[in-house]
Formats: sequence, structure tokens, C-alpha cells
Amino acid sequence: MDADPDGPPAGGEAVRSLLVLENVSQRFGGLLALDELSLSLKQGEVVGLIGPNGAGKTTFVNVVTGVLKPTSGVIVFDGHRIDGKRPDRVARRGVARTFQIVQPFPHLRVRENVAAAALFAGGVASQAEASRVADEHLAFCGLERDADKPAGSLSLAGRKRLELAKGLASKPKLLLLDEVNAGLNAAEIDEALRLIAAIAARGITLLLIEHLMKVVVQSCSRVLVLHQGRLIADGPTQEIMRDEDVIEAYLGRRYAEAQRGAGI
Amino acid sequence: MLRGGLIGAAAVTVFGILLLFGDNYALRLGTTVAMYVTLATAWNIIGGFAGYPSFATAAFFGLGAYTSGIALSNGIPLSVAWAGAGLIVALFAVMLGLCILHLRGHYFAIGSLVAADVLREITNVWVSVTGGGIGLNLPLPGGDAETQAKLFLCVMSGLAGAACCAAWTLTRSRLGVALRCIAQNEDAAQVIGIDTGRSKIAALALSSLFVGIAGAIYASWTIYIDPSDVYDVSLSVKPIIMTLLGGVGTVTGPIVGAFAFLGLEELIWRNSLEFHSGFLGLLVVALVLFLPAGLGQLRVGSIWTRIRTVLPPEARP
Amino acid sequence: MLWLQVLVNGLALGGLYACIAAGFSLVWGVLNIINILHGSLIVLGGYLAFFAHLQLGISPFLFAPIAGMLLFLPGFAIQRVIISPVMARPVLMTLVLTFGLTLFLDNLMLVAFTADYRKINLQPPLGVLEFGDVVLPLDRLYATGIGLVSVGALWLVLRSTQLGRAIVAVRMDRDAASLMGINVRLTHAIAFGLGTAMAGVAGALLAAIFPISSLSSSGYLGKAFVICVLGGLGSVPGVVLGGFALGVIESYGALAVGPENALTMSFLLLIALLALRPTGLLGRKGFT
Repeated sequence: MDADPDGPPAGGEAVRSLLVLENVSQRFGGLLALDELSLSLKQGEVVGLIGPNGAGKTTFVNVVTGVLKPTSGVIVFDGHRIDGKRPDRVARRGVARTFQIVQPFPHLRVRENVAAAALFAGGVASQAEASRVADEHLAFCGLERDADKPAGSLSLAGRKRLELAKGLASKPKLLLLDEVNAGLNAAEIDEALRLIAAIAARGITLLLIEHLMKVVVQSCSRVLVLHQGRLIADGPTQEIMRDEDVIEAYLGRRYAEAQRGAGI
Repeated sequence: MLRGGLIGAAAVTVFGILLLFGDNYALRLGTTVAMYVTLATAWNIIGGFAGYPSFATAAFFGLGAYTSGIALSNGIPLSVAWAGAGLIVALFAVMLGLCILHLRGHYFAIGSLVAADVLREITNVWVSVTGGGIGLNLPLPGGDAETQAKLFLCVMSGLAGAACCAAWTLTRSRLGVALRCIAQNEDAAQVIGIDTGRSKIAALALSSLFVGIAGAIYASWTIYIDPSDVYDVSLSVKPIIMTLLGGVGTVTGPIVGAFAFLGLEELIWRNSLEFHSGFLGLLVVALVLFLPAGLGQLRVGSIWTRIRTVLPPEARP
Repeated sequence: MLWLQVLVNGLALGGLYACIAAGFSLVWGVLNIINILHGSLIVLGGYLAFFAHLQLGISPFLFAPIAGMLLFLPGFAIQRVIISPVMARPVLMTLVLTFGLTLFLDNLMLVAFTADYRKINLQPPLGVLEFGDVVLPLDRLYATGIGLVSVGALWLVLRSTQLGRAIVAVRMDRDAASLMGINVRLTHAIAFGLGTAMAGVAGALLAAIFPISSLSSSGYLGKAFVICVLGGLGSVPGVVLGGFALGVIESYGALAVGPENALTMSFLLLIALLALRPTGLLGRKGFT
């Protein structure tokens, strides 16, 4: 397997779609966290992934980014098989992620954090160049004034933005945002929404794993709904918001909570 | 930078004075401190930069000593034997790394600790090649005693210098960045595209290369080696203590620590032959309890504060 | 019937081996500390048993529980005064700290008792059981039996006393246990004391069979490692399984590659296990 880092290019639909999952399952002992999941993301889409706690959202991110090797199924990204590939290889191929629980390198400066992402996943040739690229991304994310602080000293909102800057410095084709808005206040969320729109405008395909309906409705053109490891709905955002099954399984209870959570 | 330059200048001065005026004892101390600098700097690459608590130094040291010793006994030239020993040790480190570098924390520490035990037992049993527990006598290098002592001081100092240069270059390289990221958050490091497996193995191999050559030079220097000496677990622990003394994860820390440690060791040796490893143990305990961030932290007031926090509340004055 | 005799030899050490590793595993599991000192404490237990037999004529089998009680308090104190302040520090610090303690204790014992191997000569000798061709020395049977009983007692303490439940709770989740009103610091000290007590028991039992020396502490520590990794960390059944597994493996290993290679083989086995299956043969979490 390792001798062929790219895997065979897959034909047909995979050429038009950036990410394709076919019958992907992930089993932990007796628990089926992902159950025969099949879906595809098109180049440039902004898609929301919603579902109650334990629906398998974070497992989905871990499987796509190579942290977990799926028990069965095929994942094709940009024409290459990536299921079971190591996370660093998947990252260099163009899949970046932010963590639900932020994961900075606490003793490195903020700039060094972003420069490291540019240097490795971003494929930048030199450290000086990586540092310059990092400053661009920090400015884009509104962190330029914190560039010389240790990353561990940032506030939660700052660390979330640092995650975004690291993700962008990885030069991703696909960016998976795992609850980047959780724990932020209303003003910070508005700021994050603007940032997400700006990232989408660059043509980066985005998948937002979200609890906050406001974010999904404002940002995403399409929504995937996971429930107990299965995809129970997939369609345009407005349609999904009216879907009886989705409301039954998830939104009815969650919607009000999400509104409250957004501070409205 | 400035600190590094000062320490480098001081080291070169000490080296020059020793070479010109040193008696046998001073030359021995100088060679020992150069060896300690090498071992501590090498350990710092895997233990400090990459944050992996390796106890494999003794394994690399002993394997280097025996590889070179056996090569020399078979008539291979000195420089070839030393360099070859370094390479073979690095190869061994790569294989060991493939076995245990996927482990973290205690499990990695144990795996690395056991490596020396395995090698020592194999050396003990494989009498036909290694001489077994009786040990191995090495052929004498040419020249009188003083020439030899100076030769070994020069070679060991050169190795120490090379190790420090390697460590300094590493801090400014891609691999250095990768190792720092791995030490702080390995999962996040992998997600930003760092090949963590290869980086860790590179760090272990580089570290082992210097330790292996140091072992090889040590074997020629002492002329006689035996398994319990060159695979001694204290060889794994001393470099850690030195690095802790001087400051983990910096280039200058291990150098400062090695000098400080040698000073303490000489002091203990002079005053207590019988109980010196016991004193060493007490020193280690005191270091971890009172100076966890190294000598840089040394202030009289802070020690007293530390003592008070260690005492149970009811015993505090 | 050689294979059967070898199997009996191995099994006859299993309970003793479980006893060697039980305290080590408990401390590792509950405090998340590798107690390098464990091997030296076993040797200390052995010396206590040796002198109790020599001076007072107490049988090491009877002395084993006393050795455990004698070592509980020093363990409790060491944890409270020396180890507790560094509990939250990186793995490297606690390893180096307990290593320093080992250097000290080993050196102390070397000065006090010299490096000579001491052997308890039971008078009269206990003799052997014979089943056809298969021979089972009674001293080994007693040692392994008492070892198993001690491990079983530890298990009962953990399972069915309030103290045991506190220890298990602290292992599972330190913060939650603290919120539930458990004194975590005290629990840590007691768990460490129980660990050193088990080392004392194991040392006394070892002294009944094998010669002891202050040089052998690292060998016992190595065995404790191997047993924990074989059986999986932090479970009493795992320690028992690991103990018997190591006994049998060593026994057959000595037959296959010669007794002089048995130690190498068990260490290589450890590295192989770490490379392939670091969670142990049972591969479960939780101290039960």
C-alpha cells in the first residue's frame, strides 16, 4: 500500500466531485459509529453537517482526515483514494481541518503555529517564506496583532481563529470546520461567519460541522444530516429545514436550543 | 545566540588550556566532559526537541563500544571502526524506532529502557565474538600515554562540537520545527502534514549516531570494555539529568548541564567512593523536586519556597 | 513427559510472578507513574525475610504478610513527601525521580548487606510432591499459592471496600473522584503504600526460593514490566494472566534456547509485544 502513495485515480463521478464516500462504515467494538455512509461534495460547495451529539460527526471528520481507518468503504478525494492513508498524507493532498477542541502548539508563537502548517501541509519551500505566508493568513483572520504571542496565551475565540489560519496555511482544497463556533459569543460568531464567507469566496470547499442552525442557514447551500451514523437527509438548506424526518429526529428539539446558544 | 557564543568560546578556551598545560587527571576530566556533552546533546535531540523520554542511550553507547571493539580486534583501522560503529548504531536505532516510536509516554520509556538489557544479555551470551561477561580487550593505539590522552581529548571534543553543531542546525531546520510540533501536540502535528513517524525516527537515529560514536571512542580510550560497564543503565540516566540541570530543549542547556554534572560527580566521588551512586540518587531526587527547570532557576529564595510546598501543610513553619 | 514438567515449572512460578507485578501495576494504573523503585522494594522485602528467618527463625511464608505491612508505611510516606509534588509533571520527571530513589536504596542495601547472594535454608527442607515423573517442589507451590492469595486479597480490597472503590474511582477519573468528595492525595498515597506492600510480600516469597542480592532489583523490575505488558495494564486478572504467561514462557524458553538466553527472550518478547499489541493480551482498560 505504502509503495503507491497516491492510489489509483478513480474515474467517472469522482472527477467532478472533490470528495466521494462510498459505503463507509466505522465500527468501534459493538458500536457502529458510521453506517454505510455514501455522499459526495462538489468543488466549491459550502456544506453543513448537522446531527445530534453522538451522531458520528466527529468520527466522520476523523475518517476523512485519516485519523481513523474506516472499517469498510472507499473514500476518494480529488481523484485519489485516501481511506486508510495517514493524516499527514491526507493533509498534504489538500484536506485541512480544525479541531472541535482547539489544538495549538502552545509554546510556539502564533506566527510559528501557522508557519508550521504552511511549511508542511502547505508545501512552502523555506521557513522565511512560510513565515511570510503565515503573516498573510494571520491578517486575513484578524490575528496580526497577536503574531508574536505564545499560542497558549490566546483567548478561546483567538485560538479558534488560529485554527482557521492554520487550516488556510495548509493550502486546502477542502476545509473541515469542526464546531469552530462552539463556545463563542454572538459578536464573535458574526465575525466567524464573515470569515467563513471570505474563505468560501476563495473557492475552498467547506464542510461545516455545526450545532448552531444560524450558522448553517447563513453559510451553507446544502446540508447533510447524520443520525446514529446514517445519513438521513441530504439536500438544499431550505428544503432540509422543512424536512419532516429531520425535524422529527433532530431539529424540533435542537432548533430552539441553537437559537438560544447563538445568543439571540 | 549570545549565550551560545559565550559558551562556545569558553569551551574552546578550556580545550586549549587543557591541551597545552593539562596533566593526566585534567586530560581525563576534559575527555569525560566532552563525552558528557555529546551524550546530553544527543539525548536532547530525541528527549528534549521531540519530547520522547528515551532511556536507550546506554543501548546505543554499548552497541557502539562493542561494534568498534570487535572491529578493531579484527584489524580494521581506527577511524573506519568508529564511523562504522556510529552507522551501525544508527541503523539499530531505526529498527528500534520502528518497534517503539509509535508508543507514547511510559510505554516508549520502557521499550527504550529494555533495549540496553537485550543487548547486554546478548553480549554476555555471545562469548565467541564479544568475550562475554569477561569483557573485551582492545588493541592499544600507538604513541606514549600523554599523546594518547591528548588524542582522545581532541577526538571526543571534536565529536562534542559536531553534536552541538548538529543540534544547533536542527533547531533552524524543517525537521527541528517538526520535532517541536510533535513534542507539543503530536496529533495536531500530523494534521498539519508532518510525517511524524519519519521525523521521530530521524531524531532517534541522529541522536544514536553521536552516542554510538561516543561509545566507540570510549572503548578505544579505556582499552577494555565489559557488558555491565558500557550497557549500564546510569549511562541512560546521566544525560537526562545533565539536560534537566541545564535546561531541556535548548542547545546550550545540555552543555552547561554536562559541565555542572561532572563537577558534582567529582565532588561526590572524592568524598564517598562507597556511597557515590546513593548520593547521585539523592542529587537526582533533589533536582527533580527543587530545580525542575534546571540551574537557570537557581535562586536561594525559590528553593526555600519549593521546600515549603513539598512539606505537608501541618509541617510547614 | 518433559513438556509437562516444564509446564509445571512455569505454572509454579506464575502466582509469585503475579505478586511481583501486582503492586507495580496498581501504582502505574492509579497514579500513572512507573515506579522504578519497585524492584528495589522487592529486594528489601527479601532481605527483611532473610533476617527474620536468620535472627528470629520466622518462616518466610509466614513472614510475607508481615513484610507487606512493614513496607506499607514507607511507601505511603514516600508518595506523600517525594512523589506527590511531581505527580502532574511529564512522564520523564517521575521516571527520573523514582530512578533516583532506586539508586539511593540500592546503594544503601549494597553497603548494608553487601552484594553477596543470600539464601534462606529452610530447616527441615520442604521436599517435593511427585506425580509420576513430574516433580513439584513444595516451596514453590507455597510461594505461588501465597502470592496468589495476596493478589486475591488486593483484588478483594479494590472490589469490595470503600477504600478500594475510592482507588478505582481515582483511577477512572481523578477530577470526578475529587468532586465526589474523595481525598485524591490520600488515596494516591494509600495506593502507593499498597503497591510497596505487595512488593514486600513478593520479596519475602522470592527469598524463600531464590538467593537474593542487592544487585537483582532491576531484574525484578524488568519482570514486572513484562508481566504488565503481557497481561494489560492496571487489572488484577491481567496481572495473574501475565504472571502465569511469563512463568510458562520463561520455562519453555529456557528449554528451547537454554536458560542463559531466557532473560533475553522475555525482553525481546516485551519489545515484540510493545511493537504489535501494547495494550496487552487482554487489551482492556479499567482497574477491575
